[in-house]
Amino acid sequence: MSDLTELGIAAIRDRLAARDFSARELTGAYLEAMEAARGLNAYVAETPDLALAMADESDRRLGAGEARPLEGVPLGVKDLFCTRGVHAQAASRILNGFRPTYESTVTENLWADGAVMLGKLNMDEFAMGSSNETSCYGPVINPWRAANSNADLVPGGSSGGSAAAVAARLCAAAIGTDTGGSIRQPAAFTGTVGIKPTYGRCSRWGIVAFASSLDQAGPIARDVRDTAIMLKSMASVDPKDTTSVDVPVPDYEAALEGGVAGLRIGIPKEYRVDGMPAEIERVWDQGRAWLEAAGAEIVDISLPHTKYALPAYYIVAPAEASSNLARYDGVRYGLRDDAGDVIDMYEGTRSSGFGQEVKRRVLIGTYVLSAGYYDAYYLRAQRVRARIREDFDTVFETGVDAILTPATPSAAFAVDSMATASPIEMYLNDVFTVTANMSGHPGIAVPAALSDDGLPLGLQLIGRPFDESMLFRIGRVLEEAAGSFRAGRWW
Amino acid sequence: MSVDIDTVKRVAHLARIAVTDEEAEALKGDLNQILGFVEQLNEVDVEGVEPMTSAVATAMKMREDVVTDGNRVDDVVANAPRREGPFFAVPKVVE
Repeated sequence: MSDLTELGIAAIRDRLAARDFSARELTGAYLEAMEAARGLNAYVAETPDLALAMADESDRRLGAGEARPLEGVPLGVKDLFCTRGVHAQAASRILNGFRPTYESTVTENLWADGAVMLGKLNMDEFAMGSSNETSCYGPVINPWRAANSNADLVPGGSSGGSAAAVAARLCAAAIGTDTGGSIRQPAAFTGTVGIKPTYGRCSRWGIVAFASSLDQAGPIARDVRDTAIMLKSMASVDPKDTTSVDVPVPDYEAALEGGVAGLRIGIPKEYRVDGMPAEIERVWDQGRAWLEAAGAEIVDISLPHTKYALPAYYIVAPAEASSNLARYDGVRYGLRDDAGDVIDMYEGTRSSGFGQEVKRRVLIGTYVLSAGYYDAYYLRAQRVRARIREDFDTVFETGVDAILTPATPSAAFAVDSMATASPIEMYLNDVFTVTANMSGHPGIAVPAALSDDGLPLGLQLIGRPFDESMLFRIGRVLEEAAGSFRAGRWW
Repeated sequence: MSVDIDTVKRVAHLARIAVTDEEAEALKGDLNQILGFVEQLNEVDVEGVEPMTSAVATAMKMREDVVTDGNRVDDVVANAPRREGPFFAVPKVVE
């Protein structure tokens, strides 16, 4: 029975249609796997009753010949998504006890397509982190371990629970969000596939806001095909999010096997950063060679403002966060510290409710937006951001179809190993991913190789706005060449 | 540009986050590191560049000016830590 969790979405679809097993049996297998893997701390809330009820409805539909695109597919949902009547805390103490009275558009789309919710997944608090160690529920443990070591590794972040759950087969696929790399970096750290779609491809309605001009939802799945199937169901234009864009959502799966013959792939020289580990360079060169062997034309390109993306991000994201997080005031939801007058209540509530990293970013954001500093920091960062987008526009105008880069500057690191590092050292995890958030372009991380220590390493592809199909198509070629990577089960 | 301890406390008050002296000291170090890191943005020539205000160039959407939702008082106050009937309750603000 437990081998049902070995099936990805495409396989589930075929086997449920053939009635080889029921949706209830499949969901039951996942619930058992989740219980056995609680030590990984991937789920912060399990919803077995809801999952089984949704699975029963799927069985009814399958029996009646009314199956929907994701019928009976068991999914995990990042704790950042509002889910009606179900735990949603953005892994923060300040949202203690919060039960949304509404459903996010992305999850609504998934349930409307027949998917089953297994529970809510751990993450960095308010999606602020790159290791899933800022969660109020404690760190998620990566299902991967280095060769000859039992040390606990981080799964990356902020969608660390989502990536770990997919890698450990605790859901068929998961959803996450990506503000600076929060889908692609954990996907790379866990040997899974994750895509940040073009800004505006998925509705942000009902997702706890971090940095509104950067946040975008996307799937993490076991392979490129499953990721494509997920995004098709998640994406939509939504009257409740005016930044969602009204462009058709193509059948991503149909475009999957197009190959790369005749495509132009750009290799940006600015991503060859100082001190880049040899194994990262090796996997990048290997990716280039694979695409060339499959018929792509490789061109060297330049994105001159790359090095300014991360510093500009650390103005824009905290500024927007300080504004978005102003709503946590002890009045409308979550935690409340009742000592003293109303100002004491605000200050006490926010002091005990927010963790260290969140406070740090809210303070930076408040500072750069405060009187006299707005032009010097926020406005300048937004101008630099325009430069970063121009870099991409220029390259894509020359006929480049996608850009190939490493996904992360290293493999997964040990839990607590960054505890005494400066905040900047942790921020450098997002050095290759943050550019696409700043510009709005889509980016996908695909597992490509194992490091010298036997840990997964990923490659990233960045594409034209709303051309996610191209990323799936090229990602598929990388995946065919690299094969798949699987964490050995030790938990 | 670097911040001193009084600036950290002032900004924390603006952000409505109570900080102890010890926390303010630690935050001062973190904030100065981050502000030092972002200083390199001054190298970029942004003369005449329009600030990017949205990731994808699109026209602002308009919709009919009609009520699309409402009459959900119970939903709105359902998660309030303190409530009195259909109202949020807060400490007394006006003497």
